[in-house]
Amino acid sequence: MANVILEMKSITKEFPGVKALDNVNLRVESGEIHALIGENGAGKSTLMNVLSGTYPAGSYDGEIFYEGKLCQFKTQKDSEALGIVIIHQELALIPLLSIGENMFLGNELKNQFGFIDWDKTYSEAERHMRQVGLNESAQTLVRDIGTGKQQLVEIAKAFSKEVKLLILDEPTSSLNDEDAKMLLDLLIAFKEEGLTSIIITHKLNEIIYCADKVTIIRDGSTIETLVKGVDEFSEDRIIKGMVGRSMEDRYPAREHNIQPEINLEVKHWTVHHPLYPERVVDEDISFYIRKGEVVGFSGLQGAGRTELAMSIFGNSYGTNITGELYLGGQKVSLKSCQDAIRHKLAYVTEDRKTNGLILDESIRFNTTLARLDKVCQKGVIDGDREIQVAEEMKKAMGTKTPTIEQHVGNLSGGNQQKALLGKWMFTEPDILIMDEPTRGIDVGAKYEIYCLINQMVSQGKSVMMISSELPELLGMCDRIYVMNEGRLLAEVEAKDATQEGIMGYIIRDTNKE
Amino acid sequence: MNGNNTFNLMRFLTKYAMIIALVVVFFLFAFLTDGTLLYPQNMSNLLLQNGYVLVMACGMLLCILTGGNIDLSVGSVVCLVGGLAAVLISNMGLPSIPVIILCLIVGLLVGVWQGYWIGYVRIPPFITTLGGMFIFRGVGRLVLNSKTVAIQDPAFLNIFTAYIKIPGLDDGDTKLSALIVGIVAAVCIVLNTVKNRRERAKKGYHQNSAFSDYIKSGLIAALLLYYCHLLSQYRGISVMLVWVVAICLIYNFITAKTAFGRYFYAVGGNEKATKLSGINTNKIYFIAYANMGLLAGLCGLLCAARVGSVNGSTGTSFEMDAIGSCFIGGASAYGGSGSVGGVVIGALLLGIINMGMSIMGLGDAWQYVIKGGVLLLAVIFDVVSSRKTGKG
Repeated sequence: MANVILEMKSITKEFPGVKALDNVNLRVESGEIHALIGENGAGKSTLMNVLSGTYPAGSYDGEIFYEGKLCQFKTQKDSEALGIVIIHQELALIPLLSIGENMFLGNELKNQFGFIDWDKTYSEAERHMRQVGLNESAQTLVRDIGTGKQQLVEIAKAFSKEVKLLILDEPTSSLNDEDAKMLLDLLIAFKEEGLTSIIITHKLNEIIYCADKVTIIRDGSTIETLVKGVDEFSEDRIIKGMVGRSMEDRYPAREHNIQPEINLEVKHWTVHHPLYPERVVDEDISFYIRKGEVVGFSGLQGAGRTELAMSIFGNSYGTNITGELYLGGQKVSLKSCQDAIRHKLAYVTEDRKTNGLILDESIRFNTTLARLDKVCQKGVIDGDREIQVAEEMKKAMGTKTPTIEQHVGNLSGGNQQKALLGKWMFTEPDILIMDEPTRGIDVGAKYEIYCLINQMVSQGKSVMMISSELPELLGMCDRIYVMNEGRLLAEVEAKDATQEGIMGYIIRDTNKE
Repeated sequence: MNGNNTFNLMRFLTKYAMIIALVVVFFLFAFLTDGTLLYPQNMSNLLLQNGYVLVMACGMLLCILTGGNIDLSVGSVVCLVGGLAAVLISNMGLPSIPVIILCLIVGLLVGVWQGYWIGYVRIPPFITTLGGMFIFRGVGRLVLNSKTVAIQDPAFLNIFTAYIKIPGLDDGDTKLSALIVGIVAAVCIVLNTVKNRRERAKKGYHQNSAFSDYIKSGLIAALLLYYCHLLSQYRGISVMLVWVVAICLIYNFITAKTAFGRYFYAVGGNEKATKLSGINTNKIYFIAYANMGLLAGLCGLLCAARVGSVNGSTGTSFEMDAIGSCFIGGASAYGGSGSVGGVVIGALLLGIINMGMSIMGLGDAWQYVIKGGVLLLAVIFDVVSSRKTGKG
């Protein structure tokens, strides 16, 4: 049984100025699902890049034994040849090529003349796609399938390389709960067939659900490995290992002081798709948020929540938007993002890297961007004043960085999120729309973001919180709206709501048709 | 941030790489030409010959900032506007001031036309301006009727190319006005440094070390003095130089100090995020190209005045010099970074290479090879060094 497929011994990897990994040890047994967890920047991805040969042998210290043999991979090709396949968090698929073409990219099946054998390519591709339960034609363009299925394509691609050790880097971070569960079930099924997998994730419930062991990494070192059935294997126990202390309450307590005034009200809001105007994305949605209230929006991917939020935020999404919008009791019509910001609305995007921050610019630059006029006199930027407000925001948000001149792209996910939050707090909003405010950030940073949210509502601001993590909504919100396929299904008080109850609404609605 | 000396030296070298390159190339050619490069006449001409590049490169920088977008049509616009001025003044005998205003408006309209397609209809800039390059070259030749038209009107030339002559100061061999300007400018620079340091100290902000601040401003002041001294030995200050310096200072101010200028960097850095920050990104593209048209128009006038005539191929490949200067000067080919200071350095580097090689008697062919090589090298250096510092 104790057949060790992979052993990494005292791996140390240094980058100029930082020690990313310090004497890390990892033992993976054949046929297990081994989870790797740690805060952002703890070194999980670095470790996997060492293993896959992305960082070639010689650029790190330590030894890697794979199937009992000492391995020194020079490139990723070397490790793939032995059946080690890594699937990165950002999918490496090319949208305008077909599934089949993507699966054999760089690895094309050729006939005796050296040309691509398309018949074989597509039949092989479909064979592997069936293995992972993907029922699509191999000639479908990757662009035309959802993220969940794209993830399956990546796994099918791994199978085409005769994978023995599959490494998944946050495979479910862009999936909804249902797709995520399907993926995990698939991994469990493959385990029965003898596949070993290493899964990097932030989602504790997933680890409990599928992993046999979990290794916790903190600040570049391995802290401990917990074994299911031997050690205590619970979310609280894992969190304790990650942060070095037990986190009694994952959601900070808050005094509920909701005021009777309604800050934002939306009536009969309907939004159409920008490219296919006949498609309705949000249909006849009405809701309200009071002062000092956190209101959650729950739903699966594609429920139309982000689209709803962005269309409210100065029509930044969609066409043929109809409906009424009231801010502080006044009916308004917001024609642009600038209008929205002027009316004290802020939209903190779910995708901070593409829609939120300018990664190649400093924290200072990003902080003031949405309200540059506040640090300007007659259009001329007061550089000293700008530095001052950026420093203040950095302090208020608790962004961990040596200087505000640091490029945002160099920050960890949690600190980027804080920089983004600082940017929008600088606009002095009354209503904050927060779209997946804790996506892809570690437990510690999450807690700090929650504290900031509580602080905002205690000042009488309103927060519209879109999240795919149900526990987070239940832990943070006063009320929760449930959405599915562009419609509002239900409104529940958070204190009466349960995860099962909310999922129930969605599942029943999905199965209605 | 270990603070050890070798590390700082590396940082210093990468930060000031282009300035160092400029100095090295300058001394190299000064040596290769046995000092001919340093003659007052050559040094004066260095800026005047490259004045048109500098003016256009300032506009090109705004386009490039928005995302590495370039304007290929500027050379043709130079021909069109210059030709229009020559025909209106020389053939039709119209007075210069109204003609100048009209010509600048025509330049602006060309920019507005291209800016509209690029900013609001989102036609790729490369295609739009490639079209413009053909269209305006053709229109320019139509205006000129495919002939060479000379401009001799003294009023027109006075506005763009004459040398400033103040009676009593500039009568002798040494043009005192140039010296006075040099001294005033040098004193202003040093005083400004002192004032800035004092203000920052008062407000308690982070200061660079006094040593580096004073060395820097002292060097710049000395350089200015020396250059003005050279000018005073030749023919004094040209009006064209005033135009070029003014444009560079204005665009440096806009890009470095104003909210409006910062939006160009933001759009180039991440357009979606900029749009969601409440900035009208379409308008930014539009303005970048409208402004480019205006500057290309001004350039047409400067060029017509300096050469004294305009023909159907005036301005050919000017766009490449402007684009080249921007990229040599450190503007990112993906947009979002670059500065007017860098552009000036880039243009001067190209200018010195051109002039040095001309003095040495090396022909066009070699100049092209060297210019292309320098452009490629500069960008390679930029990309590789930013990758090393972990930015890319």
